[in-house]
Amino acid sequence: MYRYSEFDTAFLAERNKQFRAQVERRIDGSLTEDEFKPFRLMNGLYLQLHAYMLRVAIPYGTLSSAQMRQLALLAEKWDKGYGHFTTRQNIQYNWPKLNDVPDMLDALAEVGMHAIQTSGNTIRNVTADHFAGAAADEIADPRPYAELLRQWSTDHPEFQFMPRKFKIAITGSENDRAVIKAHDIGLQLVERDGVLGARVIVGGGLGRTPMIGKELSDFVAFDDLLAYLEATVSVWNQIGRRDNKYKARIKITVHENGIDTIRAKVNERFLQVRPQFKGADMALLEEIKGHFAAPDFRQGSVASFESAYTNDPVFRSWVDTNIAPHKNADHAIVTISIKKHGATPGDATAEQMRVMADLAEDFAYDELRISHEQNVILPHVHKSDLPAIHAKLKEYELATANIGLISDIIACPGMDYCALATARSIPVAQEIATRFDDLKLEHDIGHLKIKISGCINACGHHHVGHIGILGLDRAGVENYQITLGGDGTETAAIGDRTGPGFAYDEIVPAVERIVNTYLEQRDSPEEEFLQTYRRVGMAPFKAALYPEARANAA
Amino acid sequence: MARAFTPKVVTANDLLEGDVIYLTADDRWSRDLAEAELITDEAHAQVRLLDAARQANKIVGAYLADAVAGENGPEPTHFREDFRRTGPSNYAHGKQETTTQPRA
Repeated sequence: MYRYSEFDTAFLAERNKQFRAQVERRIDGSLTEDEFKPFRLMNGLYLQLHAYMLRVAIPYGTLSSAQMRQLALLAEKWDKGYGHFTTRQNIQYNWPKLNDVPDMLDALAEVGMHAIQTSGNTIRNVTADHFAGAAADEIADPRPYAELLRQWSTDHPEFQFMPRKFKIAITGSENDRAVIKAHDIGLQLVERDGVLGARVIVGGGLGRTPMIGKELSDFVAFDDLLAYLEATVSVWNQIGRRDNKYKARIKITVHENGIDTIRAKVNERFLQVRPQFKGADMALLEEIKGHFAAPDFRQGSVASFESAYTNDPVFRSWVDTNIAPHKNADHAIVTISIKKHGATPGDATAEQMRVMADLAEDFAYDELRISHEQNVILPHVHKSDLPAIHAKLKEYELATANIGLISDIIACPGMDYCALATARSIPVAQEIATRFDDLKLEHDIGHLKIKISGCINACGHHHVGHIGILGLDRAGVENYQITLGGDGTETAAIGDRTGPGFAYDEIVPAVERIVNTYLEQRDSPEEEFLQTYRRVGMAPFKAALYPEARANAA
Repeated sequence: MARAFTPKVVTANDLLEGDVIYLTADDRWSRDLAEAELITDEAHAQVRLLDAARQANKIVGAYLADAVAGENGPEPTHFREDFRRTGPSNYAHGKQETTTQPRA
C-alpha cells in the first residue's frame, strides 16, 4: 500500500485549506455559484437531484482497513450511514451538506485519501485490475505504475483545462478485468526481452459514441512510458475538439484523424517531451514499488478449507462463484458481493464497511479492493481462513454467492440521484436480481453480465454488458433500450441494439425472455450467454422480444 | 408560432443542504412542491425567476419547471420533477424522512 510522503500530506492539507476558504466565501456570498462551481468540481463535489454528492477517489481501487473504516466514519457522521461504490472505483456520498464537506475532506486526508480530480476536465482517478498483485495470471502488479500516474496527473499544470475528462485504466494481465479498451488510455503491462513496459491502447470510451480503443503502441518500456503518455495527452489537448462537448473526447480525435496520424503526432511530440524526463520518474517508481511489495504469505494447512468445502453446500456455492485463483496456491482472492438480491448495487452500510475492514485486518494482510463491478475484494486470503470469513460475511448480508451471475449487476445511480439521468437504473437492477432469485435460475444460467445506465453517458457500462440496458426519456416516459453481446474484457465488443425500447414495467419481462431464449439456444450448460449469442446471433433474441413484428412480417 | 405557455413553478436547490426547494407566492422557499406558486403568466414567470436568481447566497440553479394545478397545490408533469419533489426510490431518504408525499 502506498504511504503518503511529507509532500503528499502537505499538498493535500494546503488544497483542503483552500477549498475550506472557497466554501466559506460561497456561503458568505463573496463567490457566485458560477465562480464556485469549478472549485467544488475540482474537489469532487457535485450538486445532484436531491443533494450534494461527494465523489472520493479510491486510487486503483486499493484500500487499507484504516481507510475503509474512515469511509465508514464519513458515511455515519456526515451522510446517511452508507456509501455507494462506483464503476470507476470511487465511493460516492449522496447526502453531504455543503458546510460539512471541508471536514469530510480533512477526515479523508487523515488516512491519505482525497476527492481531487474526481470531476472536471482533468485526468481522473486511475483505475486498475482489482485483482492486481494477487492474480495468478499477472505479469506484474500494475499499481506502482498507477500510483506514479496519480502523482503525475494530480494538478499537472498542462492538463487542468482539457477539452474534456480523461480516464486511464491499467492492468498487469492479458485477461482484462479493468476494461482497458473502453478508456481514453488503457495500459496493459507487457514484458519484452526482460524489460517491463506497456501496450498502449487509446481512444476507447462508452457514452454517446461508444468506441473500442485502438493500439497506439504495442510496447513502450517503463523508462519512456510517462513521457509517451504525456505526449499522447498533450497531442489531444491541442487538437481535441473544444467546439463541441460531444466530440471532445480523445476517441473522437482518434476516429477523425485516424490512429496512424495520431501515432505520428504522438511520436513527434514524444521526441520533444522525452528530454524533460531525466529519470526522476523512474527513481520515484522504484521507491513506490517498495510500498507495494507482496505480503509475506503465510504457510499452513488448507485441510479445514477442504473439509468445509466438502461438507457445507452453502460455503461450497460461495467458493465456486466468489473465489478466484491466487498466485500463491494456498491463497485465494475473495470477492465480497455487495449485490444482495434486491439491494442497491454498490451500496455498503457503515457497519458493513467496518466488518470488511476487520476481515481485511484479521485475515487479508490489511488490504481491500473495490472493483469497477461495484464489489469489494479481499485480495490475499489463506484458504484455511475462508470458512471464518464466510461465516462473518453471512452475519452481515455480505455472503451472496452471485459474482459474475445475472444478479451481479452494474447499475449507475440513475434518476434516483443523478442530475444527468434520463431514467432510473437502481430499481431495474433490484427487480431483475429479485426476479431471477425467485426463479432459482441464477446458477443454471451461469456467467452473464447485465449492465444498466440511466442515461447515454453510460456510467453503468451498458455497451459492454452481455445484456446492456439504457434508460431514456421518451416523450416524458421512462424507456429502456437493450443491447446484446457487449464485452468489456480483452475480447471487447460494443453490444448490438435489439430494436425498439421497453417501458419501465416491460423491461424485466424482456430480460426474462432474453434469458429463456439463451437457455433454449445454448448447446450445453457450459456454453455461456456470450458464446451462444456469438454463435446464433441476434435473430432468436429478436424473435422472442418482438413477437408481434414477426407476426406482422409473416 | 410560439408554443403556448404552460404553467410553471420556480425551483432550485438549497445552497447549504442541496435539497430541492420551491418559490412560494409570499417569497419563501418551501421544500414542498404543493406550497409553490403556480405561475400561469409567462412575463410573471420571468420576473419570479429573476427574483429567485437574486438570492444566490441561499439557493443554487433556479429554473422554471412545468407543473399543473392539483387538489392540494401544484403537481409535476414530468417524472424527473416527481423524483425531485419526492426523493430516491431505493431508500426513504431526503424529503421522505420528514414528510409524507404520495407518489403521483
